Parts: sequence; C-alpha cells; structure tokens
Amino acid sequence: MANSTTEKTRATPEPVSVMSVLAPAVGWLIPGAGHMMQKRWIRGGLLFVSIVTLFLLGLGMQGRIYKANGGDILDILGFIGNVGAGGLYIVTTAMDWGQGAIQFATADYGTKFMIVAGLLNFIAVADAYHIAIGKKQ
Amino acid sequence: MTITLNHFSAAAVFALFTSIVFGITHRETTRDMLRYGVYCFFMFLGGALLAGWAMWVLRR
Repeated sequence: MANSTTEKTRATPEPVSVMSVLAPAVGWLIPGAGHMMQKRWIRGGLLFVSIVTLFLLGLGMQGRIYKANGGDILDILGFIGNVGAGGLYIVTTAMDWGQGAIQFATADYGTKFMIVAGLLNFIAVADAYHIAIGKKQ
Repeated sequence: MTITLNHFSAAAVFALFTSIVFGITHRETTRDMLRYGVYCFFMFLGGALLAGWAMWVLRR
C-alpha cells in the first residue's frame, strides 16, 4: 500500500525530446532563438532585442571582454558571464573586439552590460528549456 | 565609435532591458509578465536613485 502511494506521487521522468536539447542550444547561440523555434515569436524577439542591444551597447561603451583564464576569481566569473552571450561572445572574441584599456568611468559600465547580457541569456536558455519540456506555456 | 552614456541613462537602459528579460522569463501569462516587468523596472531605477541619494547624504 505504502509502496503504491509512493510510486503514484513519484514524478515520472520527462523523456528527452529533440526540442528540449535543441532549443537551449540554439537559444544560447542566438539569444531568443530558443523561444522563436517554439513559435513564441514575440517573447523571442523581445529577448533577442534586449540581450543583443545590451551587449552591443557594452561593446560600444568600450567595455572589456573576458577571455578564458585561471587567474583572479572575478576574472573567471566575468568570463562565465560573457560566455552566456553565446554567438555574440564567439564573434566578439574572433574579431578581437572589447580588448581596449578602460579609459573613462562609463567604460566599466560597458563591461558590466556585456556580463549581464550573458547572464540574462542563461536565464532565457533555461526558460526555453522549460517551455520545451512543457513546464511552462 | 564610442557610445557615452551618463550614469542615469546607463542605469535606465540597464533597467529597461533587464526588466524585459525578467518579465518574460519569470512569469507565465502575458499580463503577469507585463506587470512584473514594470515592477522590476521601477525597482531597479528606484533602487539606483535611492542609493544615489544615500551616497549624497553620507558624503555630507
């Protein structure tokens, strides 16, 4: 009796679908694309505009991009934040942008803008995954 | 090209885009998303203004 009750309440694991793998991966590479491929066009578009604009503003403000490093903990965290931007980060490092020395106060804001854009994209990726597995509409 | 924003406009831009993402990702229905996004925007901006005035008071 007790066993049948526990088995009833135990959540059945969700089967891994193609969408639950593809949506987060594409969403990481292109912000908002994970939502768009699940036909959440407006949400995806707003996420794309918000994250890309924040990242590009940071770049335009002469913010710094962190590369992979094993040094200071804040540099490592900065790198993790930047990596969240996915394709934007890949293109930026490939073009060697965001490497200028910070010369004025608001350039530091630019660095933070790009880190936050990456972190927001991580949240968007998690949201796309939740939609894919049916946890969210 | 270098974009130069002053402190307030940088805070406002940050609050706007972050609130949009928070609203979409943290709520289920469109109405709730809008309400939460607006709430986050004013909390971000209000927090920045409050912190600014607090620093002004402490400096005196």
